[in-house]
Amino acid sequence: MLLHVDGLGVHLSGKPIVRDLGFQLDAGEMLVILGPNGAGKSTLLKGLAGEHKMGAGQVMFVGRALSNWSNRDLARHRAVMPQRVEVNFPLTVEEIVRMGRPPEPLSKSMPVLSELMELLDITHLRHRLAPGLSGGEQQRVQLARVLAQVWSTAGPVLLLLDECTSALDPAHQQQVFSLLRRLAKQRGFGVLAVAHDLNLAARFADRLMLLHQGQSYISGQPSAVLTEAVLAAVYGLSARVLELDEGYPLVIPQDDARVSAYAEPSLSRFAPLNPSCRQAS
Amino acid sequence: MYWLKWAGLPVMVIDGAGRLAKGPALLMILGAAFAVSVVSVSSGAYPLSTADILAVWMGDLDDEVASMVLFDVRLPRLVLGFLVGAVLAVSGAILQGLFRNPLADPGLIGVSAGASLAAIAVIVLGGTWLGGWLDLAGVWALPIAAFFGGSGTVLLAWRIARRAGQTSVATLLLAGIAINAIAGAGTGLLTFYSSDEELRSLTFWTMGSLGHASWDDVAMAAPWLLLSLCAAPFLARPLDAFLLGEQVVGHLGYNTDWTKRAAILIAGLGVGAAVAVSGLIGFVGLVVPHLVRQTLGAGHRIVLPASALAGGTLLVGADCLARVVVAPAELPIGLMMALIGGPFFLLLLLRTRIA
Repeated sequence: MLLHVDGLGVHLSGKPIVRDLGFQLDAGEMLVILGPNGAGKSTLLKGLAGEHKMGAGQVMFVGRALSNWSNRDLARHRAVMPQRVEVNFPLTVEEIVRMGRPPEPLSKSMPVLSELMELLDITHLRHRLAPGLSGGEQQRVQLARVLAQVWSTAGPVLLLLDECTSALDPAHQQQVFSLLRRLAKQRGFGVLAVAHDLNLAARFADRLMLLHQGQSYISGQPSAVLTEAVLAAVYGLSARVLELDEGYPLVIPQDDARVSAYAEPSLSRFAPLNPSCRQAS
Repeated sequence: MYWLKWAGLPVMVIDGAGRLAKGPALLMILGAAFAVSVVSVSSGAYPLSTADILAVWMGDLDDEVASMVLFDVRLPRLVLGFLVGAVLAVSGAILQGLFRNPLADPGLIGVSAGASLAAIAVIVLGGTWLGGWLDLAGVWALPIAAFFGGSGTVLLAWRIARRAGQTSVATLLLAGIAINAIAGAGTGLLTFYSSDEELRSLTFWTMGSLGHASWDDVAMAAPWLLLSLCAAPFLARPLDAFLLGEQVVGHLGYNTDWTKRAAILIAGLGVGAAVAVSGLIGFVGLVVPHLVRQTLGAGHRIVLPASALAGGTLLVGADCLARVVVAPAELPIGLMMALIGGPFFLLLLLRTRIA
């Protein structure tokens, strides 16, 4: 058992954000956490990453309580990708990816750096300065840095990824999720990823966990989690769910009848101040 | 990799990222430091030629005045100027890394003002309220007070700017304005109540000067300055992680709190000791690390040593200029640096606004 979470509670300034949460993650397994905005996904990940103090419960990582791990050991076995990393200084892509590596001569880092930059399709950017890159490019650079941290680790590895593909185009999203799945299956990495794209999650994850108000609403196989009833209850999303022959569900959002953009009586209240706008519409 | 050519001659190696190659660039700064040092010991009210310096140094020239000027006036001034410049630049680089903002100069966030207020308080109130402190600390009373003034202000600015684990840079700079104003008011108040004699030594603190540098000053400040310079490289890797965000420091396995405390201590110690012997000298900590980052990159393993060398060189150079422009009198070095640094800072603001 790579990660065993039991009765976990995380408070933020006195407010309970994650409550009584329990789940397990095996080596070689890819678990994607879904849920509406504010459900506690990032807070859960930050709790596991050591950024927030855990209020209640127990987290065992490779059979040892998380709090008993030293920073240094943990960094060798657990890598974290935050939701946002902003770089204001003139660092090159290669320099940032290298930050994930332990102190070692550049000649030793270089093969790993080259491999990762190739895998994440950033080799052509290696000498570019990070502040000038697009959001999606920066995200791939950060992911390469996160992977560089555990690339040479012998033994258990846990990846905590908070919306690691949120800025990527569909092709790169697919590329990253296939890579993560391959790392889980071939190298035994445990992958815990927060995501919003239901179909992407359903296609690549072994299991899904749907968070709702800080608690696990349902978890299991994608086809068991992503049902029309569950999506309506947790997201308030009206969607059609098709079961594909390949064995995973496809979620198609429907035109929501409840959203009435042009409710006549209240139109005057929201009428634009500039009359020309109204003419145009 | 390719050669940057000037008039057809290869002068500098440029790496793939369009930056100067690190080794040759460090050698170049070292060369500049040496050249500026030679100019510094030879220029002033009593000019010494390079030949004179060499002769006096070797003991071949038996000129008592020349020997006194060289060994008791110019050399301590050179050593102190170089150390202070190096420490100010390195402290600036450390604070900028810590706050993740290239504008976090020790002067801007009030560290220098806090250190100088504490020093001035010891000068003016040493005979009255702070008499006990003078008895207790003896000759160390001033530098220790400046040190606590400096590191206390860093801590204060840090605490004000931090909310829910994040450091707000806007708040930090605003807090710096407030801290500078408060320290300035305190300094003004103390100036108001000071005697003529105290006033003379006060002016030295507020404008910054290397003019009275003696070997005693060097002996008093050098251990702290050197300690701060030698400790700084140990922070290079965690400071690199800070550039990606405070949370990333922990993810990469460094102790975030320990790093922050060490950084604040090293910067506070360095700036405090520097202010204690040379008064308020601004802009070195802003200008030097910025130029280094632009030309050599932002990794702290190069930024820290290169800033130290370049900061020392810049301050010694500015000190030369301060001695020469209004000779035989001399401008306070703090004033000189403000003349150079102020316009540079404006340029920096304009460039970042356009970019």
